[in-house]
Amino acid sequence: MKRFTALERFEIRLSGLGGQGVITLGKVLGGALALGHGFHVTQTQSYGPEARGGASRTDLVVSTVPISYPKAESVDLLVALSQEACNTYYRNMKPRGILVIESDLVRQPPSNFYLGLPFTRLARDKIGVPQAMNSVVLGALTWLLPFARQAVMKKALAASLPAKVLDKNLKAFSLGYSQAKKHFGPPPALWDGNGDETEEPGD
Amino acid sequence: MSDVTQLIHQYLRHNKKFPHVFCPGCGHGIALGSLIRAVHGLSLSKDEVVVVAGIGCSGRIAVYVDFNTVHTTHGRALTFATGIKMASPKLKVICIMGDGDALAIGGNHLIHAARRNIGIAALVLNNNIYGMTGGQTSPTTPGGARTATSPYGALEKPFDLVDLARAAGANYVARGTVFQAHLLDRLISSAIERPGFNLVEVLTPCHTQYGRKNKFKNPVDMYQALKHAAVPREAWEHFSEAERKERIPVGVFVERDEPGLEERYRVMQAALLARPKAREALPEPNGHDPASTKAKLEGVES
Amino acid sequence: MPTPRSSRKKRKEVFALGAEAVAEGALLAGCSFYAGYPITPSSEIMETMASRLPRIRDGVFLQMEDEIASLGAVIGASLAGRKAMTATSGPGFSLMQEHIGYACMAETPLVVVNVMRGGPSTGLPTSPAQGDVQQARWGTHGDHSIIVLSASDTQECLHMTVTAFNMAEKYRTPVILLLDEVTAHTREKITLPLPGEFEVFNRVVPTMPPEWYKPFEETVRGVPPMPPIGSGYRFHVTGLTHDVNGFPTQRPDETVDLNHRLFRKIDQFFHDIQVVEEYQTRDAEVGVVAYGSVARSARYAVDQARARGIKAGLLKLGTLFPFPKAAALRLLSSCRAVIVPEMNMGQMSREVKRVNGGRSSVRTLNRVDGQIITPSEILKALTQV
Repeated sequence: MKRFTALERFEIRLSGLGGQGVITLGKVLGGALALGHGFHVTQTQSYGPEARGGASRTDLVVSTVPISYPKAESVDLLVALSQEACNTYYRNMKPRGILVIESDLVRQPPSNFYLGLPFTRLARDKIGVPQAMNSVVLGALTWLLPFARQAVMKKALAASLPAKVLDKNLKAFSLGYSQAKKHFGPPPALWDGNGDETEEPGD
Repeated sequence: MSDVTQLIHQYLRHNKKFPHVFCPGCGHGIALGSLIRAVHGLSLSKDEVVVVAGIGCSGRIAVYVDFNTVHTTHGRALTFATGIKMASPKLKVICIMGDGDALAIGGNHLIHAARRNIGIAALVLNNNIYGMTGGQTSPTTPGGARTATSPYGALEKPFDLVDLARAAGANYVARGTVFQAHLLDRLISSAIERPGFNLVEVLTPCHTQYGRKNKFKNPVDMYQALKHAAVPREAWEHFSEAERKERIPVGVFVERDEPGLEERYRVMQAALLARPKAREALPEPNGHDPASTKAKLEGVES
Repeated sequence: MPTPRSSRKKRKEVFALGAEAVAEGALLAGCSFYAGYPITPSSEIMETMASRLPRIRDGVFLQMEDEIASLGAVIGASLAGRKAMTATSGPGFSLMQEHIGYACMAETPLVVVNVMRGGPSTGLPTSPAQGDVQQARWGTHGDHSIIVLSASDTQECLHMTVTAFNMAEKYRTPVILLLDEVTAHTREKITLPLPGEFEVFNRVVPTMPPEWYKPFEETVRGVPPMPPIGSGYRFHVTGLTHDVNGFPTQRPDETVDLNHRLFRKIDQFFHDIQVVEEYQTRDAEVGVVAYGSVARSARYAVDQARARGIKAGLLKLGTLFPFPKAAALRLLSSCRAVIVPEMNMGQMSREVKRVNGGRSSVRTLNRVDGQIITPSEILKALTQV
């Protein structure tokens, strides 16, 4: 297992429609990275006029050193769960940044370099609960982020949920993780050079 | 007479220079007397009584009495009183306001205090006028009356404070006059003693600012008019429309026995504290999201 | 109030909003009374208090009918001996101004948190701004002294709230804590201090017999002791100019005594009240004065400037008023230029310019489009001076 000892300003933007649970996803992801993994994390959200139009966005900055500026400036990982979000935020990405899209909802990706999964369809068809979509996304992101540990993420997800929906969401998380493993390919190649890694025994 | 002297010595402040600010003929002193007799009759300790007053002639009552006294801002006495009562429910909180104070600038606080049924005895000294500021129209100035700001006669309809307080949910609503001091003693005493929000409207003449402009030759005229106008509520209910004209019912209009907000809060808190230790630290279960709060405010499903 | 259970207890880390950290700080400081009215973007403070206070013995939470009533209830509770607070944003803060003045006059300790949003008027309810800075100082009518603090990150939200309560109680004054939307809505990992790890100042109460007590008498600190209502010290509280007994007065000698004491009790403790953080200022040639979330951008910009060989330094203001003149003069004296980035048209820069006296070139950097000032904007300004 690789543990990052120096990671400077890794910026994640989660965006989509109000109701998809984008902010909740950001809260769980941020909380897990901050408390479970021990990173410095800031999570901010934009919910201005977009909230009325149905757009929702949250930014996470992840770092091994204290974070001064809390908002995302140039995004390493953009998750777009709607076409509008994808169109709006694509330009904020770093040149080597990664775009993850909901492939059913983003019908026209702005570039051929993207990773896509039909998160909503997966949640609906394989889990039976379309609301578990953000847990599927969390699973996929856990696979994708080289500094994220599956067990810690799962624990954070479990801690944030009421008991009656826990099972389905944990299943959704595993589904997202395995689907991403299958379709996205190995993660570390994506962000070569960002951060120093040390080898550690697995957890 | 010795009784009066004893009450004066016991309840008025020695270190405050008298005379008071009230004009000759003003009814506020009688209302003050009723308040003192009511507190005395209930055998309350001076330390447990808090008098919270607004701005205006009525507001100055607070400075004369030897209780815990708070002279607040215009119209907001009930908000201070609410804070005091919730912070220290054992205190007897008496709130003294004028008509402009309680019904114009403080109208919102009045209806919400009544709705909350917070344990306060509210005395509204209604002289139909802004006295201290020089005789301007108030929300209880009768239609047609001449005031400094209605030189051609007031056009607006006055509030009926009893109806207002009843509709807003007060536990106890009464009306008395300074002409009937014994009745007033009893009404104020009940208001202090009972739980919840208890309101007494006190009709008190202001000859200086109201009477002189409205064809009352002297204060005695005003007291005679008050004597003529005030009829017991029970009698008034049997009056015809014609008989009701120019008459004002006095007595008790609402008597509910619902627990005050501070008592309902205490019960809720006791139940919460009796539960197994609740999670102390952040984040909250189902914590707060600015976006979801916004959505709630906007009525948008999030 | 939390009581220490075990000194070996581990500090807890939580991932919390700035707003939640404010509530946490308030509770750690001993706040047991909150009255408020919902308003974006400060409502999370109120919601956290609504959840927490009823679960604490004697904790009181009240939702009032408006912001005027909220601060009225807070003053009432404070008079009754509670550490009390409210939180609001722009329009609500405007409504509170009369009672802020009352609290100054009646020397009532309390904390008002104002999460600044875009203005004027209803403005931009969900966007950050710093447009209420001078209002916090001069919003209420009449000449008065007041303490205004700010915080720039989530951990600081907690600590500055504790500080706000301490100063309110120590100096018997309302304390305004100015945050902005970004600070209140940034979720970060914070460490909860253990009880006993930080100073908690409790109100000084009179110990003399009640008949000797003069509620507004001059004391060595200029701050008279304050008993809770109902404790046997019966006295009069008023917003009118009053004598040492609290009774209204119009005598010029008593009036001037009161007004001078109200200023002096704060003015003679600048060293205690003025909280600043100096970052890389020792050898700085160009300086930045910033507060709130902009101070985070400024710190990032200073680091980037240093990496490029520009000797930049940052004076971060924790206390906005009384304006930390001594610290500002230290920076102004050593820097050829000082930049004051603010999310307003230049409110704190007025103070910096006022004390500058020709020492340095004071440049403003303003943004009023509802967006936070970015590090690159400040860096650009630093490279151009």
